[in-house]
Amino acid sequence: MGAPALKPTAEVTPLRPGITAPISPEVVKLPARKPASRFKALGARMKSIAATIVPPLVVVAAIMLVWQIAFGRPGATLPPPTTIWAEAKDLIIDPFFVNGSQDIGLGWRVLTSLERVLYGFGLAAVVGVLLGALVGQSVWAMRGLDPIFQVLRTVPPLAWLPISLAAFRDANPSAIFVIFITAIWPVIINTAVGIRNIPQDYRNVAEVLRLNTIEFFFKIMVPSAAPYIFTGLKIGIGLSWLAIVAAEMLTGGVGIGFFIWDAWNSSRLPDIIVALIYIGLVGFALDRLVALIGRIVTRGVQAS
Amino acid sequence: MPSYLKIDHLDKSFSRGGQTTEVLKDINLDIEQGEYISIIGHSGCGKSTLLNLIAGLTPVSFGAVLLENKEVNAPGPDRAVVFQNHSLLPWLTVYENVKLAVDKVFSGKKSKAERHDWIMQNLDLVQMGHAVDKRPSEISGGMKQRVGIARALAMEPKILLLDEPFGALDALTRAHLQDSIMDIHARLKNTMIMITHDVDEAVLLSDRIVMMTNGPSATIGEVLSVNLPRPRKRLELVSDSRYISCREAVLRFLYERHRFVEAA
Repeated sequence: MGAPALKPTAEVTPLRPGITAPISPEVVKLPARKPASRFKALGARMKSIAATIVPPLVVVAAIMLVWQIAFGRPGATLPPPTTIWAEAKDLIIDPFFVNGSQDIGLGWRVLTSLERVLYGFGLAAVVGVLLGALVGQSVWAMRGLDPIFQVLRTVPPLAWLPISLAAFRDANPSAIFVIFITAIWPVIINTAVGIRNIPQDYRNVAEVLRLNTIEFFFKIMVPSAAPYIFTGLKIGIGLSWLAIVAAEMLTGGVGIGFFIWDAWNSSRLPDIIVALIYIGLVGFALDRLVALIGRIVTRGVQAS
Repeated sequence: MPSYLKIDHLDKSFSRGGQTTEVLKDINLDIEQGEYISIIGHSGCGKSTLLNLIAGLTPVSFGAVLLENKEVNAPGPDRAVVFQNHSLLPWLTVYENVKLAVDKVFSGKKSKAERHDWIMQNLDLVQMGHAVDKRPSEISGGMKQRVGIARALAMEPKILLLDEPFGALDALTRAHLQDSIMDIHARLKNTMIMITHDVDEAVLLSDRIVMMTNGPSATIGEVLSVNLPRPRKRLELVSDSRYISCREAVLRFLYERHRFVEAA
């Protein structure tokens, strides 16, 4: 990569009479990749994939075994894996069945919950970045707003629910509001930190170019603070997912949270355990998804 | 005739809490169009502050900077800055970094195709036309600084301000870039003001060398005219008596009359 730099100006700068023009680095050619190594590379790849997948599988198997032994005897308080498989098989193998308005697969329920999270979290992301930019950019906005944010962010998500139900008089917008108010704080705080950490050099560039506020926001602030913003979004999506399940337990409807509450009321413990695993896997996927988007968007920002 | 850029009785002090530190005092300098000026002095003497004042990045405490008889007190593309650490935006490619400046400065004046040609022309001028799609993290320090120069030149500035542009580069790369700058200066006849702490660099490149006294309350100690014919060739100058005497004058100023006293 450094090679072309030397070439064009080489003749302009004879450094010493003894040393002629620098030897062109282009002469050095890397040996062509051998085709035989591809097979080897594939093998190495498989090995590394196995190294990531096998250990958790072993641990899961061990947990199942211990669980089966601990709760397998008659009269145990929780169902063992074999009972769960026998009783909740339809939920496990087919996430998307529809047998009536309340008898639907967990996949559909998860999607309903995800839709709420999408609205609440999407709103929190947009408002959070804007408020974070304000707090990060203006000292007075920070002095005025930061103490309030610090107090409000410690309020547990469910504490917002009654007030939100009273205000919206409907379960769905209330649940979305709870998601919003839960997810927004880490987004605000991290964005503000990111904005405060924009190097003075970038601000100088913007000033010399006379970028206006909107240009500065999109061309300098957001890209420069992107790694911080995505840290906030990643925390926010995790909190959203935590809050939605709790909110749905109380508001009812079709979501995965209500399903757990419903199953508890009708003593279907195996269903609850299956639902927990669904929630865990979806939460994990959400976290990874935001991290992946963050990696793609912030490509090259840290390395300067 | 009034001079192109006039620095008139300029003072700068910084206040922090109740304490006021006077950094620069009574700076007077007239610069003609097309001149190459170097500002040299020990570190901490306020050279960079002076450049920031001309750029408008720092507000003036007293006095004024006049460009073509108009006071400047805000930054603008007519006084483009080449920053010491290149200041390229890492999320943009080489081309996009220059494009950001060109689009902003020439948005109403040039068509899209003209702007593209102008970007390429400036990148070719600094011999970076081959790396348009590279990101700053993928090119060397010298190449980054070249792109920084291209970005500044692309604004068609009245004055190009260079803040220790080659300070962070190794000696060989620095020599390459100095030659490039001399070449650009000869071709475009820009007015340039460069901060430096390298005596050879100052003598090689400048028409006049402004030597600053030590701070606090630093001011211009002496101004040395370098009457060497252009184009200047690094090798021929090594044994040139005028070059040697200029070099000696700057060295004497820096190390005899205004020795750097360790402040703390």
